[in-house]
Amino acid sequence: MQVPAKFEYERADSVPHAIELLARYGPEARIVAGGHSLIPMMKLRLAQPEALIDINGLAELGRIAVEGDELAIGALVRHAELLDSTIATDLFPIFRDAEQVIADPIVRNRGTVGGSLCQGDPSEDLSAVFSALRASAVIQGPGGTRTVPIRAFHRGPYETAVGDGELLIQLRVPVTPGTGSAYAKVERRVGDWPVAAAGAVITVRDGMIAQAGIGLTAVGAEHFCAPEAEAFLQGEAPGEEAFAQAARIAAEHCEPHADQRGPADYKRHLAAELTKRALARAQLNVAGSATDPNVAGSATEKRI
Amino acid sequence: MRITVTVNGQPHTREVEPRLLLVHFLRDELSLTGTHWGCDTSNCGVCTVQLDGVPVKSCTVLAVMADGHEVTTVEGLERDGELDAVQKGFVECHGLQCGFCTPGMLLTARALLDRVPDPDEGQIREAISGQLCRCTGYENIVRSIRWAAEASLNVAESATEAKQQ
Repeated sequence: MQVPAKFEYERADSVPHAIELLARYGPEARIVAGGHSLIPMMKLRLAQPEALIDINGLAELGRIAVEGDELAIGALVRHAELLDSTIATDLFPIFRDAEQVIADPIVRNRGTVGGSLCQGDPSEDLSAVFSALRASAVIQGPGGTRTVPIRAFHRGPYETAVGDGELLIQLRVPVTPGTGSAYAKVERRVGDWPVAAAGAVITVRDGMIAQAGIGLTAVGAEHFCAPEAEAFLQGEAPGEEAFAQAARIAAEHCEPHADQRGPADYKRHLAAELTKRALARAQLNVAGSATDPNVAGSATEKRI
Repeated sequence: MRITVTVNGQPHTREVEPRLLLVHFLRDELSLTGTHWGCDTSNCGVCTVQLDGVPVKSCTVLAVMADGHEVTTVEGLERDGELDAVQKGFVECHGLQCGFCTPGMLLTARALLDRVPDPDEGQIREAISGQLCRCTGYENIVRSIRWAAEASLNVAESATEAKQQ
């Protein structure tokens, strides 16, 4: 029987209360929301916090809404809620693609968006998604809130910009007309971490790519993105040729490691192939254009 | 820590350690051994119960997190001596096999049918994709859930017809 080591447990009843509790218990306290990364790590003693501060009661962190020219997603939004939110998935089909292949439906009922990002696992899907979307993270601490670009949020494996005594409260995604997005992942079986995955976001203006976002995960891409490939795409006409070249550039700049999921060269091959496919599907759903699901294909490809 | 959890409609108050997992609270404190306990790593899904009507893997939920909430276990599916349609479906279509994954499968199936009364095979397979059947009896499990959906739809249809007459 695996059980966590002993810890103190506190339930926060508001964001300021959670921050007060973090200050009271110090750096050995951890926030728990869905707990689907943290609790298994605690069972294995990979994490042994002295105190858990439960934020599951903070309904104010569970909202998804368009505010001005941004989509705001609360940190406590469950994966299943993001998948069900047509506000989010109509604007950004990349959320639908990714959430369909994150863990399994029962885990998605409980796990949260903020928890996934704060865990900072180098193979985490939403980190690549938000990176491709150039989102920003709103972090609250004793001195108020601050906003951090998502590409400065992850500082390394399992390390984020959220400091001791602070709480991630929201993700904000810029809403730009003419934008399409998609996510493609290869996993070994349902619920598994990706062997490799790529997200693509393109904004098309006057027939040219005005801005591109490429997110990569599980392949050693710094900050989960591929800036060289994004820079190449800017000003190009969207299409097979440009996407293939961008995919090559993205794959060259990532640093996959060989592990039980596959050798490095296979993962690099996947990074290129999945980037190309995600870009092609993103182009299909650029706002205003029709999406043909038969052409779009499935979000997950089991084998390439 | 003192918690009160409503399980199958019955409130239970207990003094528990924060590190007690919901699966052990149900089995050890309440003797509700219908909730099985398998891999311990949130993979196999046999410990699935409903928390406020939503399927969760109870090996990854702390009992203290269920304080003030409602839990439904397989023991709570039966109503007034009558089995739930999903339970009947598993009997009718031989979805039981060894029975180890069955309680979790039943609770997931119930939640699916509450949300999607007429699911297609793809939706059923997706719903149970986080649960492992060691007998690999998935074909019959899918058929059982489909049977339950059709049985419930037929009941609803007859009720409407009776009302109209």
